[in-house]
Amino acid sequence: MIHGHISRISGPVVIAEGMRGSKMYDVVKVGDEELPGEIIRLDREEAVIQVYEDTTGLSIGEPVENTGQPLSVDLGPGLISSIYDGVQRPLPLLVEQSGSFISRGLAVPGIDLSRRWEFLATAKKGDRVSGGSVIGEVKEFHIRHTILVPPGVSGTITAIESGAYSLTEPVCTLDGNIPIIMLQKWPVRKGRPYRKKLDPTIPLITGQRIFDSLFPLTKGGTAMIPGGFGTGKTVAEQTLAKWADAQIIVYIGCGERGNEMTDVLSEFPELVDPRTGLPLIERTILIANTSNMPVAAREASIYTGITIAEYYRDMGYDVALMADSTSRWGEALREVSGRLEEMPGEEGYPAYLATRLAAFYERAGRVTCLGPDDRTGSVTIVGAVSPPGGDFSEPITQNTLRIAGTFWALDTSLAYRRHFPSVNWIKSYSLYLDSLRSWYLDNVGSDWKDLRDRMMYLLQKEVELQEIVQLVGPDALPDSEKAILEVTQMIREDFLQQSAYSDTDSFCPLDKQYWMLKAIQAYDTAITDAIERGVSLKQIGSVPLKAEIARMKELSAVEDIRALSEKIPQQIGALVVEV
Amino acid sequence: MKTRSLMSREYRTVSYVSGPLLFVERPVGASYGETARIKLPDGETRNGQILDISKDMAVVQVYEGTSGIDNSVTSVRFTGEPPRIDVSLDMLGRIFNGVGKPRDGRPDIIPEDTVDIAGMPINPYARDKPSDFIQTGVSAIDALNTLVRGQKLPIFSGSGLPANKLAAQIARQSKVIGEGEQFAVVFAAMGITYKEASFFMGDFERTGALERVVFFLNLADDPTIERVATPRCALSVAEFLAYTHNLHVLVILTDMTNYCEALREISTAREEVPGRRGYPGYMYTDLASIYERAGRIKGKTGSITQIPILTMPDDDITHPVPDLTGYITEGQIVLSRDLFRRGADPPIDALPCLSRLMNLGIGPGKTREDHRNVADQLYASYAYGRDLRRLVAIVGEEALTDLDRKYLTFADHFERRFISQGDENRSIEDTLTIGWELLSSLPEDELKRIKIEFIKRYHPSYQAGSE
Repeated sequence: MIHGHISRISGPVVIAEGMRGSKMYDVVKVGDEELPGEIIRLDREEAVIQVYEDTTGLSIGEPVENTGQPLSVDLGPGLISSIYDGVQRPLPLLVEQSGSFISRGLAVPGIDLSRRWEFLATAKKGDRVSGGSVIGEVKEFHIRHTILVPPGVSGTITAIESGAYSLTEPVCTLDGNIPIIMLQKWPVRKGRPYRKKLDPTIPLITGQRIFDSLFPLTKGGTAMIPGGFGTGKTVAEQTLAKWADAQIIVYIGCGERGNEMTDVLSEFPELVDPRTGLPLIERTILIANTSNMPVAAREASIYTGITIAEYYRDMGYDVALMADSTSRWGEALREVSGRLEEMPGEEGYPAYLATRLAAFYERAGRVTCLGPDDRTGSVTIVGAVSPPGGDFSEPITQNTLRIAGTFWALDTSLAYRRHFPSVNWIKSYSLYLDSLRSWYLDNVGSDWKDLRDRMMYLLQKEVELQEIVQLVGPDALPDSEKAILEVTQMIREDFLQQSAYSDTDSFCPLDKQYWMLKAIQAYDTAITDAIERGVSLKQIGSVPLKAEIARMKELSAVEDIRALSEKIPQQIGALVVEV
Repeated sequence: MKTRSLMSREYRTVSYVSGPLLFVERPVGASYGETARIKLPDGETRNGQILDISKDMAVVQVYEGTSGIDNSVTSVRFTGEPPRIDVSLDMLGRIFNGVGKPRDGRPDIIPEDTVDIAGMPINPYARDKPSDFIQTGVSAIDALNTLVRGQKLPIFSGSGLPANKLAAQIARQSKVIGEGEQFAVVFAAMGITYKEASFFMGDFERTGALERVVFFLNLADDPTIERVATPRCALSVAEFLAYTHNLHVLVILTDMTNYCEALREISTAREEVPGRRGYPGYMYTDLASIYERAGRIKGKTGSITQIPILTMPDDDITHPVPDLTGYITEGQIVLSRDLFRRGADPPIDALPCLSRLMNLGIGPGKTREDHRNVADQLYASYAYGRDLRRLVAIVGEEALTDLDRKYLTFADHFERRFISQGDENRSIEDTLTIGWELLSSLPEDELKRIKIEFIKRYHPSYQAGSE
């Protein structure tokens, strides 16, 4: 054990002397109160430490003790429905210990070690197992929490028995008397191993029309949501946490508002997962390091979250991780870097910002898990970005753009007119369209691609037409072009807009999305055709179809929308006959 | 807090003074963040705080400024404690300076408690969900950007715009429907003029609320650095009143732009790497440590609602001060110079305004079932009307369709009748009625944001039919 003492304190950064022999990223206990910290730079005798708690009151000369361990999280049954701070301390336990306000120097385990779990052995004596092999399972809410041999361990099972165990009691013994317990510790800064990365070919269905139909994300993919304040980043992240078809959700509130976490905490136990019918909280793990909690722990919170996500991925689950917001994480890096007096890169951010961001996003992916059976699991990352002044040219947005597969650009002007989700359809893109095409063709409709392409074409065309309108007024356009504007208005208002607060509309299943698109397409085709045959737009306006299409979102039966899309050509066609 | 030796040493090792900072050599035994008492050559005592400390040097920020400090006779004594403030219920009706010393000529308060001004972060798990609708009597807020108890909702103003008048109106009219609970106002002035401060005092006096207000005044000619402590002192008192004496506290902080400038001054003096426009990179975290002190806590009846006021330099909403504030607070009320010139009172520009907690405070049982829909519809129609105005400027009104002309008129009426209301105190019912009247000038088909059942129930044309 290495013991040193404090020689300098500057905000969350503490420098300790007499630390020779320490390793980078070792966890240390700082001061008489044993505040947790992590070594982030070594210089001969000196270690530079980022401290995960407020450093007020520390004095020069107080002791620093190196634990010799990297920052790790506790993994095992009992994670689900927990709410943690950035270094995996359960917030309810902190309330018990220190009341409504968080005081310092509290040490509590990440998961309840004394609780007993009913372990069901699935491997048997004599089986040869290695890292990632399934030896049994416990039931954690409705989740089948499989117990895996930790990576790097292998041997032949000499004893295994079902029964009630605590997390630290051996459930299985391998030859050479190696005990296996349900608790695993894993260093947060190191990705958990897997056998092979797979191409993302399955979409993460979110129930949000603009995402699923226009800019889809894959299971194991990465997405970024940048937007100025008030554009709805948090609402978008929370909506995804609610409705995305992943089995496990890790939601990281990184340097954001306390009330938002309260919102999630009070709402998720009541909301029901549309696919399983169970409360959403029973698949959710929350990490809350709000903006007023210590900065260094904010930096760690992202890693804590992704490590937990990888742990469930290894069991073969699809995990979605929401990070709100990665900008606050970047700012934590910048603050610590500034205190270290490092040479600043762009806008004061450290030069290694891009590397760190890339390393984080690359921990996403769909993989073949470690172990003999071909389990596949995935971690999808959706990171919110808060660019200062809504300016996307800033470093965090730009560096994330280079690595994220889906770009959902939120737009202040859309938010101002209450068009939500305020995703800008011209700026946004998804790099997964090609790899997802065959899935959509098989599972949604054979004309899905044509539908999507037509919508995107019309929306693009609208931008051009709007420029003309701005110069000469809408009356100067011929009916055929006015018709396009009418259809695009329909796409924008009746398809892309989706209320996160509406009971019927907050989640829109894929087949409903498909038929809504079909209805709009039917209208588009019918009126284009009718206008060509001499029907005026005014006559078309006399058919009360538009109002019906506008109320399509509130219909819950797909059949009704289908009927509507079939009715459209008939009614418009009747006009042609009249002419 | 751990116990410390009562012996405190005096240091005469001031080596370097720059801006608001003082560098003390060999500060043996001092700790990070603790308070320093600085004795000047002429016997005056000032307060400071350690910002950075190493074996060789402590950097002390002097709240009252460094003029008159020398580097030979001046002595520094460290108290072993972070900055604290005495708090008591008797502070209601009193006026203090920026660091909590009485400035109304009356004696010091008798403290019930002494608290660290930096406060401690509220455990997110211990927070209670804000859900009580506060009726401010201002239509643009109540209907479109509802304020709820425990929220932090700033007013983004421009120089010369009547943010103070609006804040005073909110403080005066705010009430939770059906309750007559205990409330208090904590008012923190940072770098504003005496005239502005006395406007608030006068307004509170006129309505007889003065006895329920705690004033912290750091005026324009008071030391700049003191401003860094002012909001923290104010919030410490607010927390004490809310969580010990169960009051509902409204905290008005004005002007946060001045606060941020003080922060920048310290940062520059420390020769830190500047972030955008010279403001320090940690300004987000620093502001969060102020704004996040709003809220409600489970098991406590009191609450803290914050209305910070800030001036957008050059009316620029992307300036770091409004920008970072907007990222932390739960929405914003934005004032517009354009509307102000056209005589709107209050000149609230509805489009960039937002209340993130609105949905928690509205709906059946709180306001009315159609509230959300009406607000969405008003927003959408007004936004469209505003767009058309720009178009009209180029192509003229003749080029518009009949329907578009209706939208244009709607936008005008919306600003004149709905937004602009002077000193009127409108109930939420009145506000929604005006909203429906305005919407009824548009064809019913256009009200896509409103559920049909609500149109049938509240649209004036149906009301007339039923009578």
